[in-house]
Amino acid sequence: MLYAILCYDSEAAVGSWTKEQDAAAIAKLDVVQEKLAREGRLGPVARLMPTTAATTLRKGKETIVLDGPFAETKEALLGFFVVECASLEKAVETAKDLGRASSSTGSYEIRPLRLFRPGNLKT
Amino acid sequence: MTAIAWIDAALRGARPQAMAALLRNFRDLDLAEEAFQEACLRALRNWPSQGPPRDPAAWLIFVGRNAALDGVRRRRSERPLPPEEVLSNLEDAERSLAEQLDDATYRDDILRLLFICCDPELPATQQIALALRIVCGLSVKQIARAFLVGESAMEQRITRAKSRVAGAEVPFEPPGAVERAERVAAVATVIYLMFNEGYSATGSSAHVRASLCEEAIRLARLLLRLFPGDPEILGLTALLLLQHSRSAARLDPDGAIVLLEDQNRALWDRELVAEGIALLDKAMRHRHPGTYQLQAAIAAVHSRAAHAGDTDWPQIEVLYAGIERLEPSPVVSLNRAVAASKVRGPAAALEIVEPLAKELSGYFYFFGVRGALLLQLGRADEARVAFDRALALANSPAEAAHIRMQIDRLMKPND
Repeated sequence: MLYAILCYDSEAAVGSWTKEQDAAAIAKLDVVQEKLAREGRLGPVARLMPTTAATTLRKGKETIVLDGPFAETKEALLGFFVVECASLEKAVETAKDLGRASSSTGSYEIRPLRLFRPGNLKT
Repeated sequence: MTAIAWIDAALRGARPQAMAALLRNFRDLDLAEEAFQEACLRALRNWPSQGPPRDPAAWLIFVGRNAALDGVRRRRSERPLPPEEVLSNLEDAERSLAEQLDDATYRDDILRLLFICCDPELPATQQIALALRIVCGLSVKQIARAFLVGESAMEQRITRAKSRVAGAEVPFEPPGAVERAERVAAVATVIYLMFNEGYSATGSSAHVRASLCEEAIRLARLLLRLFPGDPEILGLTALLLLQHSRSAARLDPDGAIVLLEDQNRALWDRELVAEGIALLDKAMRHRHPGTYQLQAAIAAVHSRAAHAGDTDWPQIEVLYAGIERLEPSPVVSLNRAVAASKVRGPAAALEIVEPLAKELSGYFYFFGVRGALLLQLGRADEARVAFDRALALANSPAEAAHIRMQIDRLMKPND
């Protein structure tokens, strides 16, 4: 089963990391990702720009375009990994590995994928 | 990241919101700061063993408020409130407070906290220092270093600024729409100036003062989170991100300024460029141009050019003309002239420059630009006079070197 591991954290806190802290956090996550890639389990990975760069469309009779994220929350969606995991157990374990690497305060939401199209974008 | 590092980041991130709420609570800057400090100390004691609270700001406000109340109760020898070890697990208390914070009052709280630092009676540098101290939570030592002054001098400055601010009554009722817009504009100006303080640094001070740029960007992002649909705040944030994206390329190893057209564009931070352009795109959708947006748009034109030769100068001239319309100033006209020289040649540019002579008689860039244009037109003697004047007007060795370099550069014909 494919799982999306969605990373949430406070933007105010993550935005307070120094450049060095940010690079260190990313480097540690890279180590975990390399391992997943070697096992052939790693799909697309994305890091999102801050929610200030977000635009929300509300569908209705008339579509309304709003500045900002879909919802004002304490913790914003920062990015996600798509990972192949044999079971939820395995997915939890993988998320824990990622969590240990970043060791910040946020949370991970594990969501089984219903449809997956890897696409053909180049980085 | 070590435990202390993430706690530090969480405290720094939560500071504006927590300070703003405590200020509303106590209506006194010093009391609010004390309460916040106390809450931070307790966070450092409790968070490593208990793990971080779900909402650090709410925790700090709750604990800070209780710590201060505790002090009052102790003086009245009443029973103390429950200790925060228990509180951090009282989800209900946290939640009800968090809900209050989601209110619009929270937005006005933070805006007020930012705004009290922008007292127009204070010189700009003091407004900046105060914002760095109160909102960003930089230590006096850090601020002193950023401003290249002694610690005690900075301490005095901040103390004076604080007492001045304490005397100026900022109302605690939610501001009206007009007042709110005025506050946002005042805060934006100080953020802009803070960035420029850091950006204008050269030589050995450049690295130290880069922190000013980073704090300014943090504040701009904070302001933008409060007013996500304000095109000028989008523009301001975009402008700062785009300028900052070049920080690794704009100084040479000796700390001298490298002009935009000579910069190694591979050193530009592409993430910051992408975010700046994304914010600018959002701003433009509002069809409500302002000077920050236009400046950001000019910065974006440069960011989009893979090589200096690819720069869309006609677009830049149009954008400067836009700024001239909104906020006429001889310095903006001078900048438009530089763009015009790239588009329509030195004669057309000189026509824009000449009428500025009286207003810019003490501005060294004026003579630098004028000299370069004259030289391109083959009027070498007049050019020489302008260059000498420019060098005489340089305010610092770095500026002199900068203008000399600009002159050297522009002296190459048809470049």
